[in-house]
Order: sequence, then structure tokens, then C-alpha cells
Amino acid sequence: MWPLTPAESEALGLSVRVAAWSTLLSLPPAALAAFVLARRRFWGKEVCNAVLHLPLVLPPVVTGYLLLLLLGRRGVVGAWLEQTFGLVLAFRWTGAVVAAAVVAFPLMVRPIRLSLEAVDRRLESAAATLGANRLWTCLTVTLPLSLPGIVAGAILGFIRSLGEFGATITFVSNIPGETRTLSLAVHSALQTPGGEPGALRLTLVIVAAAVVALAASEALGRAAARRTRGYHA
Amino acid sequence: MLEVEVERRLGDFRVEARFRSDRGVTALFGRSGAGKTSIVNMVSGLLRPDRGRIEVDGRVLFDSARGIDLPPWRRRLGYVFQEGRLFPHMTVRRNLLYGWRHNPAAGRCLTLNRVVDLLDLGALLQRRPLSLSGGEKQRVAVGRALLSNPRALLMDEPLASLDVLAKGEILPYVERLDEMGIPIVYVSHSLDEVSRLARNLVLVSGGRVTASGGVEQVLGRRDLWSTEDEPETGTMLAARVSRHDASGRLTHLDFRGGRLRVPLVDIPVGVAVRVWIRARDVSVATAPPRGLSLRNVLKGTLLEVARGEDRGPLAELRLRIGDTPLTALVTRHAVNELALAPGQEVYALIKSANLDRRQLSLAAAMTDREP
Repeated sequence: MWPLTPAESEALGLSVRVAAWSTLLSLPPAALAAFVLARRRFWGKEVCNAVLHLPLVLPPVVTGYLLLLLLGRRGVVGAWLEQTFGLVLAFRWTGAVVAAAVVAFPLMVRPIRLSLEAVDRRLESAAATLGANRLWTCLTVTLPLSLPGIVAGAILGFIRSLGEFGATITFVSNIPGETRTLSLAVHSALQTPGGEPGALRLTLVIVAAAVVALAASEALGRAAARRTRGYHA
Repeated sequence: MLEVEVERRLGDFRVEARFRSDRGVTALFGRSGAGKTSIVNMVSGLLRPDRGRIEVDGRVLFDSARGIDLPPWRRRLGYVFQEGRLFPHMTVRRNLLYGWRHNPAAGRCLTLNRVVDLLDLGALLQRRPLSLSGGEKQRVAVGRALLSNPRALLMDEPLASLDVLAKGEILPYVERLDEMGIPIVYVSHSLDEVSRLARNLVLVSGGRVTASGGVEQVLGRRDLWSTEDEPETGTMLAARVSRHDASGRLTHLDFRGGRLRVPLVDIPVGVAVRVWIRARDVSVATAPPRGLSLRNVLKGTLLEVARGEDRGPLAELRLRIGDTPLTALVTRHAVNELALAPGQEVYALIKSANLDRRQLSLAAAMTDREP
């Protein structure tokens, strides 16, 4: 028996879709940023680090407003995107993906950076003496050994995307079927007279999703750690 | 042939080394902190020299004058590290084959099976590095380096992190590397390892090469050693297995000037060996002794009595047994009481039990120095 109304099911489906795309979109640049921060020394590194973490400390509403200024149809980047690619983000579910990805990004960078810093550089030297160039060493030694951090970062990013509210509602509004994710649906239900039972049902769904994601994170993280430390799985 | 000439400043420390290594083991020998590891790191490309030139078989790997500096992955030098550095997320098999794919198929002269046989790795292939013992890890590390088909092999104290038992287990395998026919640079501060494995010796002290040459020459000349990195004094003797006395459980070794009896070893008759005889294991008598348990009594001549001040109560005697020099360490008191003087005829006494397998090494390729 499915306890949710069609509108609520739609919100759940949309949330999962947005969170999944947001994670996929954020992961490669987050891994790259983590790699640069962990391995390179350059002038202005601290400033760079601070800028990358900005979405973590800014109120989500402000992040959403900045996105609207930049990526809205009249924003600098938004206008260009529409002209060149015919791509519109404002008030679309794709915009919700971008909002979630931006907010989740710094949360993904940190665990990846920590696990990269924990990789024994001497193993990379060993790979080099065996004929592996930098790229191959990175693919066969560095990345597999930092897998626990990458998994942790991805799941953290997914959970954060799933619950995104402030930046999403500011940037892409709250349009049923397009941008109304679970958190926004809870908000709407609470604004509607007699909507409290619906809000409660959605809240339980969110709690369940968060618990499942956390459990998955634990299990995956442990499996990855086992693999990289070389225990028999 | 590996030719090395490097120079590098590391803070206040200067490393400056020049040596060449033909096929077989060349030991870089010196105490910890002498700069040995920095030298092999420069050869491997992990540390860039300020100046110098490195060449293997006529191929230039580094030349500061011509601006050549190949990265480590293009130098084709195998490197066995002190701590093994096996990849923890791969099985032994994948570790062994890691360097294999990077080599041109034409240059592959070793197969996985050959290396597995050579180093006895068959039972380990599916295991993970974490479940291996220290000795097993180092064997895998050696195999992994060999399978990258290197033009030369660098070994940085590969036995230093092992306990005595594991060392004994792995030494025979390292000895067998001589078959590979490539130059092997072996870093060590252990005289036992060096005397057993090396054909040539490069003495490193304070970042500089203080002596180099054949093992017997360098080890036999105490004046080359500074007091701080002084090894134990002794003699490297070239000999040949002449007979196994199964009933007495002894093996006879003939050298130019005499015969040594040592506890039975599993080396066939006719094979050339080298024996490291510690000076403190040699005693001296002025007349042929009687009623002694010692099995090695060698008649010879006393050449010199050295009473270095640093020796304290001891004096070093240089003897000659036939054509072979021998060093003995005795008390000054004994020197005075026996009135030992150069030119005198003496009998060197060596206890067989002190010449066990650890003092013996194979010298298969040393035809020019055999008796």
C-alpha cells in the first residue's frame, strides 16, 4: 500500500532525480578541487579555499539569490547560456540541480581532500619507478586508495542535495511538478490550511531517506576502506 | 654498466658521489645518514641532482650540462625500497605485474612464471600485502621490480626492516639475483650483508665516496675507514669447496696457502666461495699447538703489529698464510708476553664453529680472484 498522494510521490521522485544529478555534476569538480588543494602549493591557495567553501557558510537564500543574478535569464551567464545553447535554468528542475550542486560542493571537497592527504605518497614514487606516469599513477594508485573519502563525499553531497531548500526556492521557486522537491513540498503543505498530515507524511519520508542514505554511506565507506587497506573482503 | 656522477645540496648537507657499477652487486656501504639513500634516489629520478650525469648501458638518464632529466617512469630502473611499498589494494599477482605493462614487449626477458620460481612466490599470488610477513613482502617487492624489466636494480636496505630470521630467509634469494646479469646497487650499513652479497664496494661517509673497489680490497684496508663508520675488522678470503666430510659434519675450503674446515654447508664441491673471517675470531700461537679443539691451524708469517691508540687493550696483527693475508685481533698483553715481532713464524687459530653459513657467500662469477 503506497501511503503518498500522487503529488507527494512526484515530489519524492523529483527530489531523488535532482539529488542524483547534483551529485554526478559536483563529484568530478569536487575531486579535482580536492586534488589541487591537497597536492599543489600556489599563491592565493587560502583565498581559493575560502571561495570554494563559501556556499557552506553563506545563508542558502543568499546563494540562491546570487545564482539568480548570475544564471537567471537576465543574468550575465544565464543570458549567454540561453543565447548560445538555448539552455534555461531559472524556474526549471535543471536549475534545482545546479542550486543543489553548488550547495553540496564544499561538503564533497572536504572528505575527498582528507583521504587524498592520507594516501602514502611513497606508493606513488614506487609506481613511478615501475614505469607509471603521473596520470596512470593517479588512476591506479591515488584514486583507488582515496576511494573511502570519495564515497563519503558523494553520499554526503547526495544527502545535502536531497534536503536542499533555501537556494532552490530562491533560484527556481516552488513549481509543482517542476521544482517542488520534498523539502519544498513540506513547506507548501505547512502553508496550506489542513496540510499538516501531508507535511508529517513527507517528513517521515525524508527521515527514512536520510537514514537509508547514512546507512549506505557507512556500509560503502567500510567496504572501500577494507579494499584499500587490503583486508580480505 | 651503470655510471653515476651526482652532486646535490640538502640543507647544510652535501652529497657528492661518483661510481660505476657493472653487472653484479655493488654495495653502497656506510652508516645511517651518510647519504646513501639520497644517492640512489638521485639515480632513480626521485631526487633531482644539482649537477651531474647518470648513464645506463650508454643511455643518458640525467645530464645537467645537456639539460637531460628523464622522469622516473622513463628511466627503467627497478627500485626495491626499505619498506617494500607494495600496493595495499592489489593482490600479490597484480603487484608483480604492475610494471610489466609499461615495458615494450620486445624488451621483456623475464616472465611472471620465471620470477615466481626464482623467488618462490607461487603460494602468495592471490594474497594481499597486509597478510604477508616482512620477508614475503620484500620478496614480492624484489619480484615486482624485476618484472618491470629494469636495466639496473636499486635496492635501498631491503633487509633493514626484517628480523634476523626473515633476513636469513631472504638472503639466498637476493644472492640469486646475480643471475640477472644487470647492475645491482645495494645500499646497506650491515657488513654481514655486504660481505655476503657484494662484488664491489663503494664506501660512503658524510655524503662522499671515500673508497671504492673490489670487496676484498676495500674491506681488507682498515686505513680507508674513518673511525666513526668503522665496521668490524676482518679478512675476506677467496676459497673453493674441496670436500664434504659427512661423518664429521664439516666442509673443507681450500684457499691459496691452506685449508679451512667449517660446519657442513650445502654448496657443491668445486664452487668458489668467499669467507669473511672476523679478526676477533683469529688467535695466534708461536708454536704448533697440541691438544686443541680448534680445527683450523694455519701456519704463516707475522707481517705487522698495529697498536692503534683507538684500539685500547687490543692490537691488530697482519699475517700472511701462503699468499693470503689474514688479520687477527689479540690483546696487547699477549703481544708483549709472546714477544710477537714482524717476520716471525706464527700459527693462526680459527674456531670452526665461528665460520658458519653467515660468513660464507657464493663467488660464482669471480673467476679472476679464485685460487
